[in-house]
Amino acid sequence: MTESASTMVLQLQHLSGHYGETQALHDISLEVREGEIVCLLGRNGAGKTTTLRAIVGLLARCQGKIEIHGQSTIGLPPEAIAHLGVAYCPEERGIFASLSTEENLLLPPVLKPGGMTVEEIYELFPNLLARRSSQGTKLSGGEQQMLAIARILRTGAKLLLLDECTEGLAPVIVEKIGQVIRLLRERGFTVLMVEQNFRFASRLADRFYVIEEGTVVDSFRQDEITPNLERIERLLGL
Amino acid sequence: MDTLFGVPVAALIGQVLIGLINGSFYSLMSLGLAIIFGLLHVVNFAHGVQYMLGALVAWVLLDTWGINYWWALLIAPVVVGLSGLAIERFFLRHLYHLDHVYALLLTVGMGILIEGLVKFKFGIGGQPYPNPMSGGVDLSVTFVPWYRLWVIGVALVVSLGTWYFIDRTKLGAYLRAANENPNLVRTFGVNVPRMLMLTYAFAVALAGFSGVMAAPIYQVSPYMGSNLIIVVFAVVVIGGMGSILGSILTGFGLGVIEGLTKVFYPEGASVVIFVVMILMLAVRPSGLFGRQP
Repeated sequence: MTESASTMVLQLQHLSGHYGETQALHDISLEVREGEIVCLLGRNGAGKTTTLRAIVGLLARCQGKIEIHGQSTIGLPPEAIAHLGVAYCPEERGIFASLSTEENLLLPPVLKPGGMTVEEIYELFPNLLARRSSQGTKLSGGEQQMLAIARILRTGAKLLLLDECTEGLAPVIVEKIGQVIRLLRERGFTVLMVEQNFRFASRLADRFYVIEEGTVVDSFRQDEITPNLERIERLLGL
Repeated sequence: MDTLFGVPVAALIGQVLIGLINGSFYSLMSLGLAIIFGLLHVVNFAHGVQYMLGALVAWVLLDTWGINYWWALLIAPVVVGLSGLAIERFFLRHLYHLDHVYALLLTVGMGILIEGLVKFKFGIGGQPYPNPMSGGVDLSVTFVPWYRLWVIGVALVVSLGTWYFIDRTKLGAYLRAANENPNLVRTFGVNVPRMLMLTYAFAVALAGFSGVMAAPIYQVSPYMGSNLIIVVFAVVVIGGMGSILGSILTGFGLGVIEGLTKVFYPEGASVVIFVVMILMLAVRPSGLFGRQP
């Protein structure tokens, strides 16, 4: 395979998985190629977050195929999957209360070359520099979200999984996060995001998968949205 | 000035000193328990036995090979720490996903088993351990043996060093973060299971280290751990489970309170810590430094 824009970064095939006794994923197949922004859409409880958790190895029981850069990750522990160049920003943000803002930022170890430097990150998020000695959880919701994204940019991971990173934030912050994600694409990052805010995602992502009851029920490119708007909105219950 | 509050000054200073000595051990031991509970959420009832093992290894080293105290201070914690490593790796690790009471029961059982084996092999009588630092300093009101000052000093340095390591360093930040959200820290590429194993081994080695320090002061006997651990658990309850700095301060503080009680009301000395514990549970159940729920 050549180092082109079409290099496969992530591939799921017929993935199913369980949360305890309940089957949360039935049959998920999707692909993410290098430099793409791919968005998972769907109603609450459809299995979007579970899909991301399965990719980073946090879902104990999975069957099917997950490949990252061609390497199968089913059964690998999360710390081994991280070394393949995947980083995860969870929906609840996961800012550590016992760590300062800067400690939170510097916590994830650098695993590969090519990540952003601390200076570049502070340039991108000046608020974090101003509040670097504050307790992580004392930041505003928007700042915590910035911090949660910022800290996975240093590690050298080029595939970022962002779960609902605009949830509950003011429009001006959502706008800022949109700018950051566009900038990340320019910097060569690949993004798989989960988003409830379809208006936000529709202007940002290249391709979309709609998930319902733990399976992929539809997929389309950004330029297919307008002609199919009615069908998509019905699928999403908008 | 021979008396203070109607008590001879020499007796007062002497008991405060003994209080600080006992407090040194309370502090080191409750610190280890706090680390284990904070990170692994395991109440380590084997901690007293692991302390006894430290003293026993020191005694065996001296008795069998003539290896002295200073080497024992290095070797015994490593030996006891490795035994902790094995306990975590082969037993505790498989219980984390169950209710906390299972791990607690395992450590209770391990403690009883190890204590029983030691009694079987070495008998129940105590063995004396020679004082490695003879002499002392005459403070005119009282005589202070060098070894006791050494114990207080080392306990302070080791406890505060451990606190600094956990609270102020990068590796400590991993421990604090893993305490809050181990799964997320794993997705950052940090091998949290290995970190938990090493943390348990370190805290257990700390108990072994305390045991070596205790050997020249108390007798080396199979029961020395179970006698101490009950008081240490009371100290942990008073200080607040899981707080590192809290357990250090509470350990020394309660040692001194116990010593002073011996001066002013000797009959109460053996129960005063438990009285404080009961009051604390009634007034502030999460302890002095614990997080209020």
